[in-house]
Amino acid sequence: MDYYLQILLLVGIFITLSLSLNLINGFCGQFSLGHAGFWGVGAYSSAIFTVFHPLGLPAPINMLVALVIGFLSSAMCGIVIGVPCLRLRGDYLAIATLGFGEILRIIIMNTELVGGPRGFINIPHWANIFWVYAIATLVVLFMLRLKKSAYGRAIIAIREDEIAAENMGVNLFYYKLFSFTVGAGLAGIAGALFAHTQQFLHPSNFTFTWSVVILVMVIFGGMGSISGSIIGAIFLTIIPEVLRFAGGTIAEWRMTIFPILLIVLMLARPEGVFGTREFLEKNGKQI
Amino acid sequence: MSGKTLLKLDNVTVKFGGLTAVSDVCLEIQERDLAAIIGPNGAGKTTLFNTITGIYPPTLGKVTFNGFDLKNIKSSDIAELGIARTFQNIRLFKNSTVLDNIRLAKHTRIRYGFLSSILRDKEFLEEEKRIKEDSLKLLKLFNMEDKSEMLAKNLPYGEQRKLEMARALATEPKLLLLDEPAAGMNPTETKELTELIHFIRDHFNIAIVLIEHDMRLVMEIAEKIFVLDYGNLIAKGSAKEIQNDKRVIEAYLGSEIEGI
Amino acid sequence: MSQQTIFYLWDCLQYLINGITQGSLYALVALGYTMVYGIIRLVNFAHGEFLMIGAMCGFYAIRANQPMGVAIILAMLSSGIIAIIVERVVYRPIRKSGRIPALITAIGTSLFFQYFGQLTFGADPKTIPPFMVEKIYTFGEITISNLQIGILLITLFVLFFLWWLTHFTKMGKAMRATSYNLPAAELMGINTNQIISFTFFLGAAIAGLGGMLMGYTMSVEPLMGMNLGTKAFVSAVVGGIGIIPGAALGGYILGIAENMVAGLYKSSYRDGVSFFILILILLIKPSGLLGKNTKEKV
Repeated sequence: MDYYLQILLLVGIFITLSLSLNLINGFCGQFSLGHAGFWGVGAYSSAIFTVFHPLGLPAPINMLVALVIGFLSSAMCGIVIGVPCLRLRGDYLAIATLGFGEILRIIIMNTELVGGPRGFINIPHWANIFWVYAIATLVVLFMLRLKKSAYGRAIIAIREDEIAAENMGVNLFYYKLFSFTVGAGLAGIAGALFAHTQQFLHPSNFTFTWSVVILVMVIFGGMGSISGSIIGAIFLTIIPEVLRFAGGTIAEWRMTIFPILLIVLMLARPEGVFGTREFLEKNGKQI
Repeated sequence: MSGKTLLKLDNVTVKFGGLTAVSDVCLEIQERDLAAIIGPNGAGKTTLFNTITGIYPPTLGKVTFNGFDLKNIKSSDIAELGIARTFQNIRLFKNSTVLDNIRLAKHTRIRYGFLSSILRDKEFLEEEKRIKEDSLKLLKLFNMEDKSEMLAKNLPYGEQRKLEMARALATEPKLLLLDEPAAGMNPTETKELTELIHFIRDHFNIAIVLIEHDMRLVMEIAEKIFVLDYGNLIAKGSAKEIQNDKRVIEAYLGSEIEGI
Repeated sequence: MSQQTIFYLWDCLQYLINGITQGSLYALVALGYTMVYGIIRLVNFAHGEFLMIGAMCGFYAIRANQPMGVAIILAMLSSGIIAIIVERVVYRPIRKSGRIPALITAIGTSLFFQYFGQLTFGADPKTIPPFMVEKIYTFGEITISNLQIGILLITLFVLFFLWWLTHFTKMGKAMRATSYNLPAAELMGINTNQIISFTFFLGAAIAGLGGMLMGYTMSVEPLMGMNLGTKAFVSAVVGGIGIIPGAALGGYILGIAENMVAGLYKSSYRDGVSFFILILILLIKPSGLLGKNTKEKV
């Protein structure tokens, strides 16, 4: 039972994470490869609060504060990194965010307060499956509403054509920074949930490889598709576990499934399962 | 006939490294003008548009629009001030619907804030409804309302150009810049375009400046023509005056003018 | 000068020498990144994995009692051939889909080889003996080994070879033409697919050589490509990706900076300093130290 619960927890956290990255990569078209860094900052900062300075109030209130702290600290990192980096384009932005993601992790690793390379232990178990899915639902709702507003249209226009968007009155810097910051902040919330369900954090949870895993979820479902990110998070969290039970060679080789899937997907359907559309969406149907 | 000065370029020079793309150009556009900029390839026409819309700031000189000095003003703010444009190589939001292309262009006219759009309050819903109605109305003028749910990339070429114009108009501009609107069109489509441009000017009461290689189109609709050659403004005047200008004939028109 | 200051300076000099050695290795690997980027504008994330495969093959060759020279050649060939296959099977079909799908494919390829390496070679680190008998020379407080000098000389030779290749051979001229403008080169009758394959082969073979030279400082393991590849890639970007001398410059800057910081401050910041330099360069001059700034045409 615990095992299934754990997978369910991870699915919920990854839904939030993949949606948060989708806002940056899929909606705004700004290629970020350092998302695990924001996830880590949210996890560690919220845990610092609950371990060292919890308020003398009931646990749920502390947890709410921890979520807010997770959001704010990651969003702040998003601003600090976004302001200088977002004038870079394409490959260069990807490289810069990769670098920043690693720097965040190295800073965590060198911070004795949070256990450094040994990991951060004794984090209170204040979040559970309900927290995880309540937040995931709110984030889905948030993204759906954002997509169908002037904010969403401006962000998507930047992905489609920066120069045209700017000439139609979209302030590029503002909207890029907005999606980068909010995306980072939402990843921070996912981090806070991760910290308070797992009760243990280790710098190796937040490496470049994990940025790639989140990215695969987004791409698999379709950059710019909310339903795509949800499907991506569910599918790619569960598949490796299912394959684990297949036993023998398949179980052994299951980690190579991710990269092969990614390559095949890029070759066969680079826009992902849903493209930029939503599940069962009529709007935008190709006539 | 000519009203208030809308756009004014004073001694505008644009240099890229050692290359001077636009050199010491002065020109004025009045309200409701229908003007054309012509010149051989590489004469600096598109660069001039890019300078007016804030993509490349002028190296020297001054651009004034509706009394505002455009120095250090971002492209997005210039759009808000009332300059809209189309692009030589169509730049639509290809994976968005036709309707969303138009709705996006209403961006600077939107009043509701971020919280309104997440909470979907009354202000948001009312304004979104109005935007949708306005956008469909605009599409109707272009005979495209039945295609509002199509993806922009699936439109035929001629309609993509039309949508780009509609999108520019959706920003509610005072000045519309069209960069080679007739490129790639056949004579029938070009004729329709001529009518469309006249219609736009009369219906929206705005000034239009176009860059065009199709001399028939230019001579037919432009009330004012500016001729650029190697970045220099070598002539300006009415179609008649340009056709008889010695420097223009020498520099550029030559044989083409006989066709008219 | 106090005794302490003098020791400090000796230390600095020692770190500088170690940094140059490390930088040479980064440069060798960075060359492949830069050549591939120069020609098809692809950040080949799997480049580090080509190196790993080469080093693994070299390791097995040595274990099969082959002499060092043979092992190095085998390492270079296996790296190069894997690179050609990957380019042909994966990168070529994706090339037209745009840069982001290509970048994602490259990341996928890289991860695939990392897991593949763990499954076939085992996750345990293996050691390659040094490529020649080690002799250590002492000057005052510092030591230099003949291996360090050898690595530097080999790197300089490779750089010289590439300079000669790109400027004085038909193949090199075709490579440069392809990197300036691929469709135009194709129209001029250059077989660009062949040029791209050759570039992948050359870059990977040099990386394979780098992998073998590393044997004396680090062990061979399936994730070595990721660690080293990332650094080499950062070197290429710092120097100006797409520019061959830039890769070397970036490699030396990183190698020296890392050793200085690790030696004089704290070794756990070794990785941080490379990324710090990366960000600094990207913010000041995104095209890299030797790169030219380009602007998008509207």
